[in-house]
Amino acid sequence: MAAEIGHLSLWVAMATALVLAVFPLIGVYRRVEAWQRYARPLAWLQWLALTVSIVALGYCFYIDDFSITYVANHSNSELPLGYRLSAIWGGHEGSLLLWAWMLGGWSALVGLFSRRVPLDMVVRVLSVMGMIAVGFLAFMLFTSNPFDRTLPWFPIDGVDLNPLLQDPGLIVHPPMLYMGYVGFSVAFAFAVAGLLAGNLDPAWARWARPWTTVAWCFLTVGIALGSWWAYYELGWGGWWFWDPVENASLMPWLAGTALIHSLAVSEKRNLFRAWTVLLAIVAFSLSLLGTFLVRSGVLTSVHAFANDPSRGAFILGFLVVVAGGALTLFALRAGQLEGKGGFKGLSRETFLLGNNLLLLIAASAVLMGTLYPLLGEALDMKVSIRSPYFNSFFVPLAMLLMVLLVPGVMSNWKRQDGAPLLRRLVWLAPAALVAGWLAARLPGPTPWVGVLAIMLCLFVVFSHVEDLVRRARAYDRGLAAGLGKLGRGYYGMVLAHCGLAVLVAGVTVVSYHEVERDVRMAPGDVAEVGGYRFEFDQMSAYRGPNFDSRKGHFVVSRDGRTVTEMNPEKRTYRASGQVMTEAAIDGRVMRDLYVALGEPLEGDAWAVRIYYKPMVRWIWLGALIMALGGALALTDARYRKKIGRRDEEPAYE
Amino acid sequence: MSNKNTGLWVFVPLVGFVALAILLASGLGRNPEELPSALAGKPVPAFSKPSLISGETLTEERLTGQWQLLNVWGTWCPTCYVEHPYLLELAQRGVPIVGMDYKDEDDKARDYLARYGNPFTEVIVDADGQLGLDLGVYGAPETFLINPRGEIVLRHVGEMNPRAWDEKFAPVLHQAGNPLGGPR
Repeated sequence: MAAEIGHLSLWVAMATALVLAVFPLIGVYRRVEAWQRYARPLAWLQWLALTVSIVALGYCFYIDDFSITYVANHSNSELPLGYRLSAIWGGHEGSLLLWAWMLGGWSALVGLFSRRVPLDMVVRVLSVMGMIAVGFLAFMLFTSNPFDRTLPWFPIDGVDLNPLLQDPGLIVHPPMLYMGYVGFSVAFAFAVAGLLAGNLDPAWARWARPWTTVAWCFLTVGIALGSWWAYYELGWGGWWFWDPVENASLMPWLAGTALIHSLAVSEKRNLFRAWTVLLAIVAFSLSLLGTFLVRSGVLTSVHAFANDPSRGAFILGFLVVVAGGALTLFALRAGQLEGKGGFKGLSRETFLLGNNLLLLIAASAVLMGTLYPLLGEALDMKVSIRSPYFNSFFVPLAMLLMVLLVPGVMSNWKRQDGAPLLRRLVWLAPAALVAGWLAARLPGPTPWVGVLAIMLCLFVVFSHVEDLVRRARAYDRGLAAGLGKLGRGYYGMVLAHCGLAVLVAGVTVVSYHEVERDVRMAPGDVAEVGGYRFEFDQMSAYRGPNFDSRKGHFVVSRDGRTVTEMNPEKRTYRASGQVMTEAAIDGRVMRDLYVALGEPLEGDAWAVRIYYKPMVRWIWLGALIMALGGALALTDARYRKKIGRRDEEPAYE
Repeated sequence: MSNKNTGLWVFVPLVGFVALAILLASGLGRNPEELPSALAGKPVPAFSKPSLISGETLTEERLTGQWQLLNVWGTWCPTCYVEHPYLLELAQRGVPIVGMDYKDEDDKARDYLARYGNPFTEVIVDADGQLGLDLGVYGAPETFLINPRGEIVLRHVGEMNPRAWDEKFAPVLHQAGNPLGGPR
């Protein structure tokens, strides 16, 4: 019964989205305000219907209704309740429903928090989002219905959720990621609405900016969670693999990062408007492309969902309509968009333009590398694309980005004198000294690229502190009072930039100084790794809810003192027979110890992987700080009051 | 920039996107999961490649005489790590698996097998990827089922796992009367 209600609500949502996509928009062109007023309630109704639908699917998982194909394929009566509910997005159909539900949620929120945006603009935005919703709901209803039943002979028990996905990190990772992907649809909708209206003034950028920042924060956290999950769940201690699906999330992130910077220029200076619109279109199109890559079977990957070419064809068609349509509109309208204000060769605008170009080059290179298998086949070339390819462009681009970042923050809008800027870059010197000192203290040699990276991280942090103090002092009321006067938007930026430095520092140190040992150990054996002594105490076995486990017990000590005890596991999931490695990790700020069981060897010996990972946590910590910076910027005073009253906009001429 | 000299740059993103869409559409037509019909039931293409283990030259002869799996892997391939424990389990059950180290470096590959265990009865080194190309390999991992006459019977793209074995490989072996296809 619940399934039928859920299915029916999907159709209700579909009908609502159709009306939302067309009817209020006609009202805009016919200037009938009464029609336009339907946009918000329609958005809310759509979300309500989708909520009923997703709750219904959750209920089906809750009561173990294995007559529903999707439930039978992704759950099992032994599966713990938490995972049974997160199994809602454990497969293709359900994750689409989650996606649609979030899209509905974003639309509802746009309806709610846009009181001060002119009605015709809100209507355009909501209609565009309604069009996207129509596409997704049609995709779900016609090719991937999560409520399909296997009748009359349905399985007695389900095949279980993929054990890789039975993990707390995976309960939150997809929703975070999707919030980011789907969130970019708001920026996209604003861009298309702006193009339709022919109105992209600074107020437009101000309306679009907070939505973009929220989406960016979610995407940042989502990617970080995914990386963290891969690190501890896949059992070989890596945190980024340049897997097509990881790349699929990184590309919109790069475009989105460029977008939030370009939006800043559009808001403050009324410049880069065509560019900003283009980035908004690109960021969301790349999100859709990610969906296509994961679900079409065009590329194979760890993450691949049930591959089905007909689904791929649908998403590709959808992508063509959405991105192709928006880009066509862009081509027709962008010519009218260029800003009037100019800027000098040396100015904040120039640095932000550099930032945008670097990020976009990075995104394009990732795209090339990801699609290479297709491209290579089309052109019949024989070059293989692996991590070295990605690292070879990504490392220098990231460094160049950090080089540009500091003068960008320090420069004035419009024009900046060279001499004072150069004087403020003296922070490079202490950064270089401290970096050299730190690198010398690290165990093992650090190549010059590593030292340079650490130096840039310190440079970014030092310079931001200096900038903070200088700006606070500029109020002339003492440091403390000045610090209180600085806006949260500014603090958010400082935090996000420092987060980037933390992340890069973590990547650098763990890349050059991790120690990995693969040893054969039997109970009683001892291994020394990274200055720690790992004693393999014993093996035991226990029975989990839906798996059987063999568990090792290790005692870790340093300089004769016990540091921790670690229990890596090898689990065999009963329903699927799949074997999973559960690594034991002892995480501290400055280092992780990582023990994973490999294969049982002869006798009672095991192949054991022991890793020492210095500062690996800084990678995810840095990402979280960046997201926190974004969140802080959102609470800036200018978003809380007087949003977008056009008559109050300062003149930019 | 004014309206007059706007020029054609505004069409650049659209043109780029159209090219991308065509590329993606070309990928759709060829479902990598399916064995290209040209190869179904055909013998493994002739090759002459060194062995990672002995250094001796191997030819297509090595893939005849018994039912065996040909597993395409590489140390650069994340999914290969994921499926590796299951390959070890299959090997333990007596399934002969020939590995094909695809576009890889020998030292890394030896190190990998020493670290994670070796499920392979033999490893063909395909450093330049030529054999992979002849086999129509799309990426790694891929697993082929090869009959005693040295003909490709089945192709599986992506992670090898109990489900793939039970649903694809075991039924074929079972039908051929091979005990490996029996109940697990």
